[in-house]
Amino acid sequence: MKALAASAASIPITLFGLVLVTFFIGRVMPIDPVIAIVGDRAPQDVVEQTRAALGLDQPLYVQFVTYVGQLLRGDLGRSVMTSNTVGQDILTFFPATFELATTAIVLAALIGIPLGVLAAVKQGSLVDQAVRVFSLIGHSLPIFVLALLSLLVFYARLGIAPGPGRQGIVYQDMVDIRTGVLTLDAALAGDWGAFWDAVAHLAQPACVLAFFSLAYIARMTRAFMLNELRSEYVITARAKGLSSTRIIWRHAFGNVAVPMVTILALTYAGLLEGAVLTETIFAWPGLGQYLTVSLLNADMNAVLGATLVVGLIYVALNLLADTLYRLLDPRVR
Amino acid sequence: MNARQPLAEIRDLNVFFPSATGFTHAVRGVSMTVGREKFGIVGESGSGKSVTGRALMRLLPRSARVTADALRFDGTDVLAASEGIMRDLRGKRIGLILQDPKYSLNPVMRAGDQIAEAWRAHRRAGWKEAREAAASLLEQVRIRDPGRVARAYPHELSGGMGQRVMIAMMLAPDPDLLIADEPTSALDASVQAEILRLIEELVSARGMGLMLISHDLPLVSRFCDRVAVMYAGRVMETLAAKDLAHATHPYTRGLLDCLPRLDAPRLRLPVLARDPAWVA
Amino acid sequence: MSATFSRDWLLSDTPSSRRQAVWGQRYQAWLAFRRNPLAMGGLIVAVAMLLLSLAAPLLATHDPSVQNLGNRLAPPSAEHWFGTDELGRDVYSRILYGGRITLGMVVAVVLLVAPLGLIVGCVAGYAGGFLDRILMRVTDVFLAFPRLILALAFVAAMRPGVESAVFAIALTAWPPYARLARAETLTIRNADYVAAVRLTGASAARIVLRHVTPMCIPSLIVRVTLDMSSIILTAAGLGFLGLGAQPPLPEWGTMIATARRFILDQWWVPVIPGIAIFVASLSFNLLGDGLRDVLDPKQR
Repeated sequence: MKALAASAASIPITLFGLVLVTFFIGRVMPIDPVIAIVGDRAPQDVVEQTRAALGLDQPLYVQFVTYVGQLLRGDLGRSVMTSNTVGQDILTFFPATFELATTAIVLAALIGIPLGVLAAVKQGSLVDQAVRVFSLIGHSLPIFVLALLSLLVFYARLGIAPGPGRQGIVYQDMVDIRTGVLTLDAALAGDWGAFWDAVAHLAQPACVLAFFSLAYIARMTRAFMLNELRSEYVITARAKGLSSTRIIWRHAFGNVAVPMVTILALTYAGLLEGAVLTETIFAWPGLGQYLTVSLLNADMNAVLGATLVVGLIYVALNLLADTLYRLLDPRVR
Repeated sequence: MNARQPLAEIRDLNVFFPSATGFTHAVRGVSMTVGREKFGIVGESGSGKSVTGRALMRLLPRSARVTADALRFDGTDVLAASEGIMRDLRGKRIGLILQDPKYSLNPVMRAGDQIAEAWRAHRRAGWKEAREAAASLLEQVRIRDPGRVARAYPHELSGGMGQRVMIAMMLAPDPDLLIADEPTSALDASVQAEILRLIEELVSARGMGLMLISHDLPLVSRFCDRVAVMYAGRVMETLAAKDLAHATHPYTRGLLDCLPRLDAPRLRLPVLARDPAWVA
Repeated sequence: MSATFSRDWLLSDTPSSRRQAVWGQRYQAWLAFRRNPLAMGGLIVAVAMLLLSLAAPLLATHDPSVQNLGNRLAPPSAEHWFGTDELGRDVYSRILYGGRITLGMVVAVVLLVAPLGLIVGCVAGYAGGFLDRILMRVTDVFLAFPRLILALAFVAAMRPGVESAVFAIALTAWPPYARLARAETLTIRNADYVAAVRLTGASAARIVLRHVTPMCIPSLIVRVTLDMSSIILTAAGLGFLGLGAQPPLPEWGTMIATARRFILDQWWVPVIPGIAIFVASLSFNLLGDGLRDVLDPKQR
């Protein structure tokens, strides 16, 4: 508990650092935010006026204090591109990313963990080799290439997957947005046509995204399991005459489950990164696409807002992993 | 059943482990029979004594190569038996107590559940019954507060307590033979004697056989009926514990000579001289 | 000196000089490494790709920037081994020249990051106390962003291009090295030989530079090699998002970005640079795995 308090105490410092980094990128880097807004042909007095209006004529530390103040009020500024506040935009776009990443991690865990366990139990077997090759590919293939290949094969050639996007044209805007998670909204509305359409659109990007975490999860599960299977208590369990299923899943995996929680939380955080590229290719209207479109339009408020939010999620997931670890393992409880 | 009738019969057992340079010959032609008696195996680390015990339960890693003229437990051919038959043998017929409860108990499972699991493994019974059986077993191994210990995780127990849990777990299915592999080496000296006495009493009361594996020659000779002395994968000699003082084999003599004595001052203990002819 | 590097001299159990001992150890590691076919494959492919990129002007069959709109999106043929792209440029030649940019970015990042991380980590670990805490907090902050996203934000604030991409990736890549070097330093700091050096009156700077950093280098090399593949992927990802090398430069990720709309019909145009990225990244992964087994056995 004391260690948990210590790790929680370091969070504010990390958060302060996050804010400092986004502030630094936004104010100190070569692009002049004023020029970005008014354009580089604007007359000098307009430039000065805008500068003063934005508070950019103040000394840096004053600007920083103002910036932090705004953040604490939840004010991330206004997006030039959508002319909404960045906070509103993020609330609009985040559920799509959440839906995609969550589906991907569930898929990855459901397939990757049993695969890793199997590879460890049958060390050196075909399954083991397959997991090794699989994880090497997962580590080496750029996700956007896999996404393109998947579109080529499953959409264009085989025709079994719908094209990019989150919904078919028929169902566009037919479902009330309640949670923003489209499959959930469709189910809540009882519109099963829309639900299955949403699931079909979700399947392909989620599988692509899952592939990468799957490779990592399977490899880590394998390594952890190998370690546990070598330990003394497994001999005890065998000496008791237990079935191998029970030895593997109740005893060895019972000990792996705890570090796996950490791995899953970290993988989930890593999915946010993969989501940026995947969403771009599958035209998935999530935070990743919002971020890239804002980037290409030099919409710095949106870029920094999204970056900060992703950083916050990252820190939150790390804290969650830490907390779960301490709650689940009787030795550190 | 007759005490004379052997439970375990081992004839010309050989075990090889793969190593960087081919195979390591860990057990070299070991033969012994163990009945419902207290049988000790003594030897230095690496002498193959633990491997012999585990080979009888077929608990060696898959990579190990095991051959024997006979490796039988109560008529079952351990080398040829199916995995299902072996599972019936393990726990139900033969129990195994390992050295250090810190490692040999599952760290994320409550002690009571581990005992109940062992009890249930060979019976058609529910968890509730199994928990009650676990509590009664904990009482039998003289734990004063069975309820608390049953709910505890292994890291919350002391070494002696952990070893009692281990014993309770291995007695749960009522085996005929108990293999105790260095059961007290990881414990404090003050607890060692208690645990050994507990094992001895339980084994005698239940009429079980005991195979006590240890590096501690005086301890084994005190607790056992017969002793096999192992060195470098071979049995040097097997003799009744009461005859140990008159052992003839030079290795056994050497081990005895290395011991300090309470009744006479010994300035310098002799170093054991090993004769390559013993392993030839 | 001709007999100096003989096999016997290298494998001698009783080296007569420090140099002989060092080279003997290196030779032993090489022998162990050579026994691992996957790692050797990785090494050969990685070196081959670097050499091919360096020799691009000699090996290219066409000028990578000459357009031929009459022959655009052609499939692979004897004339154009990998086909042509949307402007009729020869993809094979562009891949060769692209290797100079993509692999060059990776090398530049590593050259910037590895020494920086090593020094920061060693200094933090050796000095301890306040300085250590500050430096590690800084690495915490950088580790709190996913690498690609932080790099994106940096590049966005600067001007998209090769230099800013290298700078951005470097900024996001150094903290793990610092962490690693610090962890190694903490174990070395209290070693007896460091105490001995300190007793002889060596300065802290000398101890860190001559006696601590060299010990961190093996694990750092392993980490760098394994990291190369993720740097390649990040660089290509930035290029793909239009924030790395800018067209018409033949950077692999950029090539995929400009050709991605042809994926459904002329699929080879975006897929071939994808294969190049995959092979480069895979070879560094295999090489890194092999090196880890040899240089850093405790991490296995």
